[in-house]
Amino acid sequence: MKQPPTRDDSTARPIRLNRDLLRSIFTTDHHTIGLQYLALALLSVAIGTILSLVMRVHLVWPDWRFPFHGSILPEEYLALLTLHGTVMLFFVLTTAPQAGFGNLILPAQIGSRRMAFPLLNAASFWLTAAALLTLLSSVFVPGGVAISGWTAYPPLSVVASAGPGQGTGMDLWLFSIALFAIATTASSINTLTTIVRSRCDGMTWDRLPLTVWGWFTAALLSILAFSVLLAALLLLFCDRHAGTSFFLPAGNLVNGVLHQGGNGSPLLWLHLFWFFGHPEVYIAILPGMGLTSMLLANFSRRPVFAYRTMITTTLLIGFLGILVWGHHMFVSGLNPFASSAFSLSTIAIALPASAKVISWLATIWRSQPAYTTPMLFSLGFVSLFITGGLTGPILAQPILDQYLNNTFFVVAHFHLIMAMAGIFGLFAATYYWFPLITAALGRPSRLMSEPLGRLHFWSSLAGAYAVFLPMHLTGLAGEPRQYAQLTGIAGVKGALSPAGALLAHTLPLNRHITYSAIFLACAQLIFLVNLVRSLRHGAPASANPWKATTLEWHPLLNPLTPLYASEEQITVHRAPCHYQFTLEQEIILAQWMPDNTEDAKRE
Amino acid sequence: MAKGALILTPGTGWWLPVDASAHGPALDRHLLLNLWITLALLVLAHLIVLIGLSGRRRTALTSVWRNEYLPVVALAVLFSGLTLRAERLWAAIRYTGANPAALQVEVTGVQFAWYFRYPGSDATFGVTKPQLVAPGEGNPLGLDPADPHSADDQVTSQLVLPVGREVDLRLRAQDVIHGLSIPEMRLKQNAIPGETVHLHFTPTLPGTYAILCTQLCGLGHHRMNATLRVLSSDQFDSWLVQQEAMTSGQVASPDTYHGSVSRVR
Repeated sequence: MKQPPTRDDSTARPIRLNRDLLRSIFTTDHHTIGLQYLALALLSVAIGTILSLVMRVHLVWPDWRFPFHGSILPEEYLALLTLHGTVMLFFVLTTAPQAGFGNLILPAQIGSRRMAFPLLNAASFWLTAAALLTLLSSVFVPGGVAISGWTAYPPLSVVASAGPGQGTGMDLWLFSIALFAIATTASSINTLTTIVRSRCDGMTWDRLPLTVWGWFTAALLSILAFSVLLAALLLLFCDRHAGTSFFLPAGNLVNGVLHQGGNGSPLLWLHLFWFFGHPEVYIAILPGMGLTSMLLANFSRRPVFAYRTMITTTLLIGFLGILVWGHHMFVSGLNPFASSAFSLSTIAIALPASAKVISWLATIWRSQPAYTTPMLFSLGFVSLFITGGLTGPILAQPILDQYLNNTFFVVAHFHLIMAMAGIFGLFAATYYWFPLITAALGRPSRLMSEPLGRLHFWSSLAGAYAVFLPMHLTGLAGEPRQYAQLTGIAGVKGALSPAGALLAHTLPLNRHITYSAIFLACAQLIFLVNLVRSLRHGAPASANPWKATTLEWHPLLNPLTPLYASEEQITVHRAPCHYQFTLEQEIILAQWMPDNTEDAKRE
Repeated sequence: MAKGALILTPGTGWWLPVDASAHGPALDRHLLLNLWITLALLVLAHLIVLIGLSGRRRTALTSVWRNEYLPVVALAVLFSGLTLRAERLWAAIRYTGANPAALQVEVTGVQFAWYFRYPGSDATFGVTKPQLVAPGEGNPLGLDPADPHSADDQVTSQLVLPVGREVDLRLRAQDVIHGLSIPEMRLKQNAIPGETVHLHFTPTLPGTYAILCTQLCGLGHHRMNATLRVLSSDQFDSWLVQQEAMTSGQVASPDTYHGSVSRVR
């Protein structure tokens, strides 16, 4: 289905008619859909951050009464953590890199002017928005939000009597995530088809930017993972409402409600969920890894070190990513021999990930790069990826997981590598592609403020480490995650129990973590100010402000230029990140520049 | 209880608590080795970044073999060594069951309490039925009075163990998944409804230790805890005798389960 470009008539001039407004909202233009996804992710990340701050404050000052609410009840704390995990993982880390920047940038990076299925694309976004609304609406139903965490382990998630929020709230959670799974599967099919079918002349597979390889692999994983999740959600729904017993054992007794049906197993859910859940973390981080490779190379004015190996490692991470789900189950009733096998596959995935880090280090080695804000965030990504990644092999050893499982050590690990590195990737992307974001909004291309960007970077890096490094220590001390309260945990006789003493001892460090979390969240206000201010008042950007070599900076692919509508053929002549230095100047050999120089032959 | 409080061992709040199990020291050594290696690699990687960024510009590295594959191979060797060590430790405690002479204790997780059951002098656990569960009537596990083996079973709210003797825990959950965690014993294992998971270990140090729940189980998850008391074998024997006397004579004991006490907070 061919879509004529509609940008110039719908957004450049003031909107007068409601029909125009509707057309610009329910658009099939991939730039706008990308921006819509990014706006949704920005809203979600704001919600998720506020939720986490409320949790942190409650943990260390349990008696503090929140304005308009009062103090936090245990079930409210669990509702907060369920919402925090669900919103952040699905609606931020899955949507923003893959669907947000994927829509905004991916077609241009392969020399295409559109995604393969524009209507499906728009439908995916609106389904995702409906999923978010459904999830948030559970705040207002009787019993409130589900309290079983983003992993929704049964029987807690099956039986309504298991706790507040496990009735209507849990149904809404199920419905929301099912919608999200459908939307993401559709959007991934769109991404894959676009990459396979819409590459321009000369854009061979080994000339694809690594960001495209990241999107490609993440989309492959999405189709596998989300379809399994959708099936699992359906089974869970049937257990809740159709009297089946996929996840409920016979004789299960929850809060006076006896299950007298068939004999299922909660472990089936764990297998299905983590078969989705582990690939999900690679879906969240692979586009960021690709972008990091490209930005480090661009600002170092060098090709990506071991480019072809990086393509291989991206695919290897994707492949191994579907073979490691059992490492979430070492102490969850998995056969001990199976634990050993999953331990090996998990250690194996550390190798392609290490190869990526080594390539990043080798690319920037003695390059005297330009320290722009996107470059700083890419370096921050590398640092956080290393720090968060190195604890991966520790947790991959079942014997150590036997002590560390579900402690704050794990919380520190996945927040550093997935949440912090993931968010740093998104920040790098935002600062880097901001001229294209403003162009997609129908405004002149602008850059974000560099001084504010640097301030944002350094305060975020310091904040991220100040929050998550100490969590390793409280985890080593034995602090379990998902505890609504650390103080005054009484034993049987009302006195402070040994468990209560263990938890109370972590309070000093926990207070430090909370102060740091408040600092980290406040540092994000710098970003918001910069974002809003730069939309109107940012420095005007040239056509290729970072002197990049990839096609999204091609003059013909900028939606603002009249040439965009020309459908003129675009041809690629070389792999990305080729630069030439003479005594006087550097020459940027962008992918689209014709092959008339003898230097290009070197390739 | 005062004596128990004196040897309460909660740790410092930022490092490993006391290690009081037979398999613990090897686990701790391996964990420390891992942490040191991690720290070294972390510092090394950041040094490479800083040094790489500080010097003047030079020509790009060219040898993929030397600068890419060789470090990956080195890491592969390092991780393989760690994995091998870890697998041996894991196999030693998990691949085989407990010694048949081990003390048998059943652990049941219920929202939001742990119950411990000793089989009594007949060394056999009585049958439990979910239909018979009645915490208010002193039968939180649903022991079947029709089964003769259940008559001498003792259900307690504390886990009491003798030092130096292997214990075979059979782990069950009545309602939702719970996570049995005893940090000082370096032990963690989920209890799954519908399954009985065996877990064996040997306490080596008398004391009073924390038992927590580490799998989100509902609104009272954070307060689902119990106490492990490790006694000398003499003390344990007399505790056991005392328990048996109380089961038959219905004498009140601080450790025996009474209806409402453990269920609430």
